[in-house]
Amino acid sequence: MPEKTLLRVEDLKLYFRATRGVVQAVDGVNFTLNPNEAMVIIGESGCGKSSMAKALLRLLPRNVHTYAGKVYLNGSELMSMSDEEYRQQIRWLKISMVPQAAMNALNPVLRVGDQVAEPMMVHHGVRKEEALVQAANMFQRVGVPVDFLTRYPFELSGGMRQRAAIAMALVTAPDLVILDEPTSALDVLTQANIMNLLKRIKKEIATSFILITHDIATSSELADRVGVMYAGQMVELSDAYRFFTAPLHPYSQKLMASVPKLRSTVEPEFITGQPPSLINPPTGCRFAARCPLRFEKCDQDPPMFQHPDGRQVKCWLYEKEARS
Amino acid sequence: MTVQDAVVQQNALSGNEAVENAPLLSIQNLRVWFELRRFGFGHAGYVKAVDDVSFDLQQGEAVAVVGESGCGKSSLMKTILGLNRPTQGDVVFQGKYRISQMDANTLRWYRRQVGYVQQDPYGALPPFMNVQRILEEPMIVAGIKDKKERLERIHKALTEVKMTPVDEFLPKFPHMISGGQQQRVVIARAMILEPKLLVADEPVSMLDASVRVEILKLLRGLQESHNLGVIYITHDLSTVRYFSERIFVMYAGQIVEKSPVENLLQDARHPYTHALLAATSDPDARNAETFKEVPPGEPPSLVKPPSGCRFHPRCPHIIRGECDVNVPPEFEVGPDHTAACWLYK
Amino acid sequence: MNTLKNAFRDIAQYPSAVVGLVIIVLLVAFAIYAVATIPYNEAIRLWRGGESVWGDYPRNAAPVWTNWFSAVKKPETLILTTDDDRVLKEIQTVGSNQEVIMHYVFDYQYDDFPQELIIFFTSTYDVKQPHISMKWITPDGRELRMSQMSVRRSDQYRFELDERLKRRIKDMTITQGLFAQPDVLPPTVLKGQYELQISALLFEPNAEVDAKLVLYGKVHGLAGTDHIRRDLMVAMLWGAPIALAFGILAALGTSVLSMIIAATGAWFGGAVDEIIQRVTEVNLVLPVLPILIMIGTLYSRSIWIILGAVVALSIFSSSIKTFRAIFMQIKEAPYIEAARSYGAGNVRIIFNYLIPRLIPVLIPGFVIGIPSYVFLEASLAVLGLGDPVLPTWGKVINDAQAQGALFNGHYYWVLEPAVLLMITGLAFSMLGFALDRIFNPRLRGV
Repeated sequence: MPEKTLLRVEDLKLYFRATRGVVQAVDGVNFTLNPNEAMVIIGESGCGKSSMAKALLRLLPRNVHTYAGKVYLNGSELMSMSDEEYRQQIRWLKISMVPQAAMNALNPVLRVGDQVAEPMMVHHGVRKEEALVQAANMFQRVGVPVDFLTRYPFELSGGMRQRAAIAMALVTAPDLVILDEPTSALDVLTQANIMNLLKRIKKEIATSFILITHDIATSSELADRVGVMYAGQMVELSDAYRFFTAPLHPYSQKLMASVPKLRSTVEPEFITGQPPSLINPPTGCRFAARCPLRFEKCDQDPPMFQHPDGRQVKCWLYEKEARS
Repeated sequence: MTVQDAVVQQNALSGNEAVENAPLLSIQNLRVWFELRRFGFGHAGYVKAVDDVSFDLQQGEAVAVVGESGCGKSSLMKTILGLNRPTQGDVVFQGKYRISQMDANTLRWYRRQVGYVQQDPYGALPPFMNVQRILEEPMIVAGIKDKKERLERIHKALTEVKMTPVDEFLPKFPHMISGGQQQRVVIARAMILEPKLLVADEPVSMLDASVRVEILKLLRGLQESHNLGVIYITHDLSTVRYFSERIFVMYAGQIVEKSPVENLLQDARHPYTHALLAATSDPDARNAETFKEVPPGEPPSLVKPPSGCRFHPRCPHIIRGECDVNVPPEFEVGPDHTAACWLYK
Repeated sequence: MNTLKNAFRDIAQYPSAVVGLVIIVLLVAFAIYAVATIPYNEAIRLWRGGESVWGDYPRNAAPVWTNWFSAVKKPETLILTTDDDRVLKEIQTVGSNQEVIMHYVFDYQYDDFPQELIIFFTSTYDVKQPHISMKWITPDGRELRMSQMSVRRSDQYRFELDERLKRRIKDMTITQGLFAQPDVLPPTVLKGQYELQISALLFEPNAEVDAKLVLYGKVHGLAGTDHIRRDLMVAMLWGAPIALAFGILAALGTSVLSMIIAATGAWFGGAVDEIIQRVTEVNLVLPVLPILIMIGTLYSRSIWIILGAVVALSIFSSSIKTFRAIFMQIKEAPYIEAARSYGAGNVRIIFNYLIPRLIPVLIPGFVIGIPSYVFLEASLAVLGLGDPVLPTWGKVINDAQAQGALFNGHYYWVLEPAVLLMITGLAFSMLGFALDRIFNPRLRGV
């Protein structure tokens, strides 16, 4: 069954200029995403995952040093577009985002309904009354009572605000929604509710999702595919089932082992040391310093090997399997 | 022990009988209500943050307090730390010191018996002080004048939290060390006055996954080596099993279930606890295919909580006429295991 | 200390700040020099003025360096006494009397006439005053006889008041006439060697007479002189330490006290906070300058009283509101809660935990505030309410204004103190704004 890829990211790079040097936040990331697929990008703080979200949406700060690579959305290449073209054609039309701390990203002086209606007015030139109707529809879909349209953000609870932010991202029916830590600031029950919502929406609408999180347990709620980022690089790409059962990369393995599990008696572990700085990262494998399985070849940066079962791992341990 | 401490001990013993084998901490029908004022005068009601909570904590025991935001665990914690006064009821320390009756001096002494580990490691450290200064502050406040002694204690504390070589870390400022290291400094600071009780408020929720277990193990180790009582406040049920003996589940200002941790998963009784367990996932690809059962609605306002059992508007097992009218007492459902639910009458 | 070094490195990135800092260092050096060379009491004495102090100085003389910019070279003051090489003193005996003849010879090359000419006589005698006759010899050989007179022990002869010369010299002042080319109008200086011959007849054997010729110039010194012949350098020099001291003390006192009060209000909340806020609001409405004028007029103009009043009126200002807003945010920080939990008292929390967070905000504000206080002091002085004994820049402007300096063309008198005030203000402002830009990004982490 030929699958037309929705998103293909090739060698995406985003470096920032900081006072101490150049931060290589996203350092040559490659992956693909299919329509109606949810990909989860897992990583810890400082691995570059939030920067990658910004890179995909071209929400760049002023101190950008390098912004390079190729991003294909439904066949058309995005990086070669000018900023104006990108704004008019892609951002919030084809790709939208639910940013980190989305609850706080709502404008406190505008009514929630107006904010959710705004993307329709701006991008599709829809009149305000019509846009509000669509906002109301979206509210119903995400489970916010329709009379909340006229309320202000401070009148909503955390969970409701998050739903409103999701509504805002979905109202223009984009092809891809990027969610950056959508549930990290929420309580357990509210988290479960939001994940239920996302699962339902994924079934109802043919949108693809990229969910960026450090919460591995929550990520398993939505993932079809998993990507693991470490020190600005993608170190493993895998389907969800195989990943959560038996990850390949030593970092993924240690990460899974460090998650305390409610329903298992295995004592969780931890990883000693810290991730390397993104300014002047090490030349060899970036995880080598903390890896229990390192050997001499790890002084060189491994490429992304294609595992026979379709997974990709950036680790010399899998070199032989890739070749055969 | 400083001269002030000796005076406090003296006063306490002469007042009450020293009770043998008293629990380290005894919370007795504690209520912490905050007054709501309207425009400076006229009162508009109370926020009943903690509403009739009772439990005992023994020396050397670790207890986890689990609940969502707005359940009152922060107010409970602050009262135990001596930062809030109880509105009603009491916190009794070592069987003889009652917080509601402490004078300013005793309260200051008591605060030093309880170590506080906070959630935000960076915010918990003054950014303009280096590690040495940060660790010296509690000792200066406690009246430890000898510089050498202070330095010795700092060395001991930092070694215990595994920040070695100590001298390398002393001159550093908080922004120069990693999140995990910052949290170790917070723990060292909490331990430096050799408290009997440690209160840890979400100590690892702002740290990376790979570091969390390390810090939690560190806390566990400190608890065992110093025989500390530990109250570990968290919303992450999956960590509870590894780091505490008992678990208290809080909802809307009250404790709804007290259970030993081993049988938590199989033997949870209160519907709210069930909901929390069901909502907590382990990493498993099959999660993506199932919807979780989540009770509808949201935690209630603490100003006008629901009548009777506070969970009744969201409970799938509600008994009409009982749960919405009468407040359930804590029923014994097993050894050392209680649940405040009419299902267990 | 590390932060200080870093601060200097950051300052170096802003050229305006470097310039400001350099100027401030120069001003401070200037002020130190002033206090070192002219100690306080000496300065007061000099500024009080009087004939004995400033008698030999010209009135309203421009600074010497103005000659560089002018084709017309104005004369400097020339003082000739009998100690001078150019003065010849002969003593002849005429019968029982003595005759003393003094020849004052000098070369006059300036393009402009001196301002005044005065001869100061000192003589000793018992009863009979010595008798003086004088004549003036120009380079082209003309002799002008001057009135004869008897001199007392201390006496003055002003050429301008000489009746005899007045009859001789027409169409111009006497001073001009003595130095002018004959029959040339407008009066033009005749350059060359001049001689003043003084013959004194002494009637007593032990009598003595001595004379000092002072040609008052029209330019003097680095800063010029004012209407009562005071060298303005004294005021320019001493103005620096006074301006700096007043500005820095006022700015520092106000900032620090505001900060402490704001912290106290924010920390304690409740009634304390309310009182402070209300006092601030009332104080914001009070007009500072009129109140200072009232104090100056009705109570005392002493600079310390005024400084105290300024600080007292400025503490409860809008900066309290700003500081308080920041403190309200800071006091929610977890480390404050931690401090309370290990038993830190209120005072310790305010001074050791809250206030250090505000120092990065305080420093630029304090530096930027210094010019306003410097100008405030100067304004008061210009209004006539400055300290009565201290030589300050504002006082000089006040004098200049009262004497109609601009109307009379004595621009230097106003420009010098004004420029110095401006430079001071500019230097602190430039440094302060650069500091603001350096410190404030860090403040965003509050």
